[in-house]
Amino acid sequence: MTLSVFQPAPDLPPPPGQTGFWRYVKEHFFKDALSSVLTVLGLLFIYSIAGPLLNWFFLDAVFVGDAKACNRADGACWAFVGAQVQLFLFGPFPRDILWRPSLAGGLLAAVFAVTALRLVSVRYMVLLWCALVLVSYWLIGGGYGLQPVPSTKWGGLTLTLLLSVVGILFSVPIGIMLALGRRSKFGALSFLSTAIIEGIRGIPLITIIFMATILLPLFLSDGVQLGTVFRVQIGIVLFSSAYIAEVVRGGLQSINRGQYEAANALGLSYWQTTGLIILPQALAKVLSPLIGRCIALLKDTTLVIVIGLLDFLGIAKAAAQNPEWLGFEAEAFVFTAAVFWVMCFGLSRYGRSLEKIGADKNH
Amino acid sequence: MIELRDVNKWYGHFHALKNVNLSVGKGERIVVCGPSGSGKSTMIRCINRLEVHQQGTIIVDGVELDDQVQNIMAVRREVGMCFQQFNLFSHLTILDNLILGPVWVREMPRGQAVDLAMSFLERVGIADQHNKYPGQLSGGQQQRVAIARSLCMSPKIMLFDEPTSSLDPEMVKEVLDVMVELAQEGLTMICVTHEMGFARSIADRVVFMDGGEIVEESPPDEFFSNPKMDRTLSFLDQILH
Repeated sequence: MTLSVFQPAPDLPPPPGQTGFWRYVKEHFFKDALSSVLTVLGLLFIYSIAGPLLNWFFLDAVFVGDAKACNRADGACWAFVGAQVQLFLFGPFPRDILWRPSLAGGLLAAVFAVTALRLVSVRYMVLLWCALVLVSYWLIGGGYGLQPVPSTKWGGLTLTLLLSVVGILFSVPIGIMLALGRRSKFGALSFLSTAIIEGIRGIPLITIIFMATILLPLFLSDGVQLGTVFRVQIGIVLFSSAYIAEVVRGGLQSINRGQYEAANALGLSYWQTTGLIILPQALAKVLSPLIGRCIALLKDTTLVIVIGLLDFLGIAKAAAQNPEWLGFEAEAFVFTAAVFWVMCFGLSRYGRSLEKIGADKNH
Repeated sequence: MIELRDVNKWYGHFHALKNVNLSVGKGERIVVCGPSGSGKSTMIRCINRLEVHQQGTIIVDGVELDDQVQNIMAVRREVGMCFQQFNLFSHLTILDNLILGPVWVREMPRGQAVDLAMSFLERVGIADQHNKYPGQLSGGQQQRVAIARSLCMSPKIMLFDEPTSSLDPEMVKEVLDVMVELAQEGLTMICVTHEMGFARSIADRVVFMDGGEIVEESPPDEFFSNPKMDRTLSFLDQILH
């Protein structure tokens, strides 16, 4: 008996009109009557608000000049932001040593770039960020050879970045430890972690910030003096850790039991299993809400205004009350919003790029 | 090599293993079969303490399995296991899956571990896939990787927990071929499987379990042609058609 040889049919190109730009437009915007109507209405809406916005933001705006020039114009007064840029960036920091927070900011940008471009291994990345925190605190706060600057003089974007970067760097590992603690088989550890998480989650951040500034000194022994910013920092870290712990716990719960069993069967210890097998997968799964928590932390730092610290938002308010530049609150807040948006969007994009690495592994 | 004496285990009120006695010598190949829920998986999972038995004694390679962590770790280092669902580490490449044990448990230099891993991948016939992730491989390939991963630890004993049950029919043979090869090399093996052809050709003994008990234990010829218990006969009737 002879076998005939099976020849698979060749792949043919799709019929015309199945692919390409116009196909995409039709598919997504003019699929049927309802979608066409919605598209037209949407375009009309955009058209109606685009004109005034464009005028205010750019066409009628004053980019250089003084307050008088601004008052004559109908649009935004970006000159106001330009004139007070030092205030926005550094708050009441002594003007003669602005190089210190500037250098800290430059280092932050450099380390972020190294991280985002993945130039070094994870281990060096962790070291780099830890070093950045120490160096930044030293540059901004002084001491050890630098002129000390009390934390009441820290402000502006510098303060916002310090609070959020340090906040994220500490609350992620603490949150992970709390999540592991909550799932621990040791009853006492699990109970304690749960109590911390649920205790903190039940208190508003504003309350925690007040408590950190007023209550914390009562618990410390007499000799210990912590700066205001440092105390607030501890409050923010605790608050954020509790939420991150719950996000991470969600990730831990989603890991198949088989992964633990395979790791155990190989003879890996608890910490090896956790660090090499479970956490990398759990964190990858909850990356999106985790980045969400980091973005929330970044924005929540604006609440330090309640104890009189002038962060980026607080300084915007102060700048708008400058007698030379009265009446430009809208510009101050739009500028603040834009900078916050850029920072949050950057974090979000970084998160997406990490998610993509994870997704590539499964296809 | 492996000694189970009067082992009992309960899940809550459910009595999962009832007075199980089993003794496996060096180089012996045991096939365990039985209906689902009969305790076969539970029994072999007690051997590397993925499950904890409540009564009786389990001694593996001279080490008694009790609550002492060092003993459990010592046993797990020497006992490899393959699972029905493969359980490869999905965030690591095939090569990284294989070198994990040697590098972290045996503290082998990375380069040496890579050489070892590649030689085992060669043996199971998927060396060219070493940079892929588990999700990119077929079920049969994943199970062969899982076997290679265990072998990288140079185990004295291999446990197989229904290694072919979740595979597509056309992939069963590629996995069985690897297992037959291992059996022929004299590795001590306990396989929970319903592949009766495999049992017939390589097993030294077939253990039949039902309701948490070992019902019958005999060499394959005898087991298939002349079972002693009626329960065994009715099981064989069900699966050999």
